Amino acid sequence: MPEATEGVLMLARIQFAANISFHILFPTITIALCWILLFFKLRYRATGDASWMDAYTFWVKIFALTFALGVVSGITMSFQFGTNWPGFMETVGNIAGPLLAYEVLTAFFLEATFLGIMLFGRGRVSERTHTLATLLVAVGTSLSAFWILSLNSWMQTPTGHEMIDGVAHPVDWWQIIFNPSLPYRLTHMLLACGLTGSFLVAGISAYRKLRGDQKPAVEKSLRTGVVLAAILIPIQIFVGDLHGLNSFKYQPAKVAAIEGVWETQRGAPLLLFALPNETTEQNDYALGVPKLASFILTHDADGEITGLKDFADHPPVAPLFWGFRIMVGVGLLMLACSWLATWLGRKRRELPVWLTRALVAMTFSGWVATLAGWYVTEIGRQPWLVHGILRTADAAAAIPPSNIGFTLALYLSLYAVLLVAYVHTLFLIARKAGAPESQQAPTTPAMELTVKESGA
Amino acid sequence: MTEASVYPAIFAGLMGLAMLVYAILDGYDLGVGILLPFSKNASNDQQRDRMIASIGPFWDANETWLVLAVGILLVAFPQAHGIILGELYLPAALLLVGLILRGVSFDFRAKAAVSHKRLWDHSFRIGSVMATLAQGYMFGRYVHGFDTSLSAYGFAVLSAICVTAGYHFIGACWLIMKTDGDLQARATKWARRSLWIMAAGIVAVCIVNPLISERIYNKWFALPNLLLLAPIPVMTFALVLVTNQFLKGFPYSSDRFCWVPFASAVVIFILSFHGLAYSFFPYIVPEQLTIWEAASATASLKFMLVGVVITVPAIIGYTIYSYRIFWGKSKQLTY
Repeated sequence: MPEATEGVLMLARIQFAANISFHILFPTITIALCWILLFFKLRYRATGDASWMDAYTFWVKIFALTFALGVVSGITMSFQFGTNWPGFMETVGNIAGPLLAYEVLTAFFLEATFLGIMLFGRGRVSERTHTLATLLVAVGTSLSAFWILSLNSWMQTPTGHEMIDGVAHPVDWWQIIFNPSLPYRLTHMLLACGLTGSFLVAGISAYRKLRGDQKPAVEKSLRTGVVLAAILIPIQIFVGDLHGLNSFKYQPAKVAAIEGVWETQRGAPLLLFALPNETTEQNDYALGVPKLASFILTHDADGEITGLKDFADHPPVAPLFWGFRIMVGVGLLMLACSWLATWLGRKRRELPVWLTRALVAMTFSGWVATLAGWYVTEIGRQPWLVHGILRTADAAAAIPPSNIGFTLALYLSLYAVLLVAYVHTLFLIARKAGAPESQQAPTTPAMELTVKESGA
Repeated sequence: MTEASVYPAIFAGLMGLAMLVYAILDGYDLGVGILLPFSKNASNDQQRDRMIASIGPFWDANETWLVLAVGILLVAFPQAHGIILGELYLPAALLLVGLILRGVSFDFRAKAAVSHKRLWDHSFRIGSVMATLAQGYMFGRYVHGFDTSLSAYGFAVLSAICVTAGYHFIGACWLIMKTDGDLQARATKWARRSLWIMAAGIVAVCIVNPLISERIYNKWFALPNLLLLAPIPVMTFALVLVTNQFLKGFPYSSDRFCWVPFASAVVIFILSFHGLAYSFFPYIVPEQLTIWEAASATASLKFMLVGVVITVPAIIGYTIYSYRIFWGKSKQLTY
């Protein structure tokens, strides 16, 4: 295979990053939102309170839209491996292939088929079957996350394989699937989805409230979002810490870059601010808490952290250093917002307007934190595509740069349009639901798509 | 046959099945997208709603068959996936953009402001046309092993037209089955028009294909292959004639046989697919790479087959279940 030039490699990386970043926005919402929908449905079944079903009907529309965007942006991924990264499948296809196959077989068909019944089947199947369809879609989305995170984790911490003539062959599937970083990464990601979903639900509901929508369903959704976020965020901080310790064990260079540690040292400070400088290999304008990084990572104030200079290869420092701080910063904001809202909501039913506005501002905070976190872990794996097995540069296809340039421009402009349309439509759905005429007859996606022959 | 040679054959068969199911299922919903009417006809807006409602519960799962087919290519024949999609880089990108446009328009049209709905309908149709043309073109390039001669490119263009006519036809047949009244009558007209374009396309492919490839010529016209293959074109044309007669007779006093055109479209698709699959087997990249040369490690294929044996029957089962739930005319979708 001809080598890809530096420029082509960079374009291919940007294209892959753009595709997968755009794609991940939607699954992070649907993975959580489907379980939230199931919760609404079950509350309705248990209490008979129609406002739970109103909440379901409203959120299922947003779910359907988000799901569609996730599906179509995901199809791009299955082509991308072959078009831009043939070296990936040639080297580790024996491992990656079955994991991807299991995702398609166990998850994609399940969610896609039962989605049809979940959206359009009410009235055609029993209530029980409809609830079951919602459950199966939720299981499908989570299963899909399991398989893809298993593959991603294997790329970070590969185990259970042997190399024969430069090609990875499976030895122990259990070790491959449940590789050392899977439990942490999967839990961390599922919780990230939970937080993204709950802040979306809270944010859109807060927006409806601010516009004077007094329906009980709005209040119920808001409360569900806020309380769920308040429960998940401390667990996420705890799991995130465990995940960091796991990375410190298996990918120490990644952690050194996150902490901005250039020289191997004992009692390394936790840097709050710094400008990592790749040319001088040091931090400019560093401000930190003494010994705290060592304490967090080794549970010993004088524990040793291997510096970046002592690794043969290390990932680019600045994106990791800043990506990590953005993720943690947003996480702390989430903690403050959700706990405050839960506390004030308990004491005085009505949330103060400023906090309701803050929740609207936080609607997409989950996206920011999730993307920042993914950039940390993926850029942190560089220069490897599969840690210790395959370098990113060796996997890229030698495609004419003009071709990649063309497709990249095409994807980027399409994604920009779709993202604007998506966010715009979410708020439009929220406004429509608050409009007077929809109070009499809550519409469903099926009704919107169907025409009555009489032609109203 | 040794164990190592059985697994690639199984996966090649499975990939063929996934492609065929994809062409039929997404074929009809892409076809419905191509057919969306925009002329100055008062009933167009309602008919578009109804046409899209008829594919609403299914399109997403239909598209998943493409992910499965490309997925099997990727995981069972990784080397071939790299070559094929590398060669088809630009049409593959256009296919994806088409599918993206379609999928999102489907949802946006129902949720966007009323003033934007028509715009999303247009983008639904443009996306459908793009995806269909790209698929036909890619298939044409593939059949001739990415040969860069002018005739091979010409064949790819011909293939793009044929696939578009085929999807147009099966989409119209779907509407005949799932709708009634004016829309059904209109779909009958659409079906009659595309039936003949599709039939002409099949004839053209049958003539051009052996002319520009000596290997295919030898495969088709050597004895006894010729006799064994003969039923495929004979049956195809019998079906075309029968379907044409059936469509001519519309409207019938009873709607009991509204499924006949769709069923015959499905059989025509199966026959054509077999004819073409026969032309390049056992190559996974025509003229370059056989399925055995391109296959993954046996241990990986074995592990996947376990999943296939368990899940594929389940997938087929709940797919049938879903079609049964939404059986009958699509206007009943209201609840």
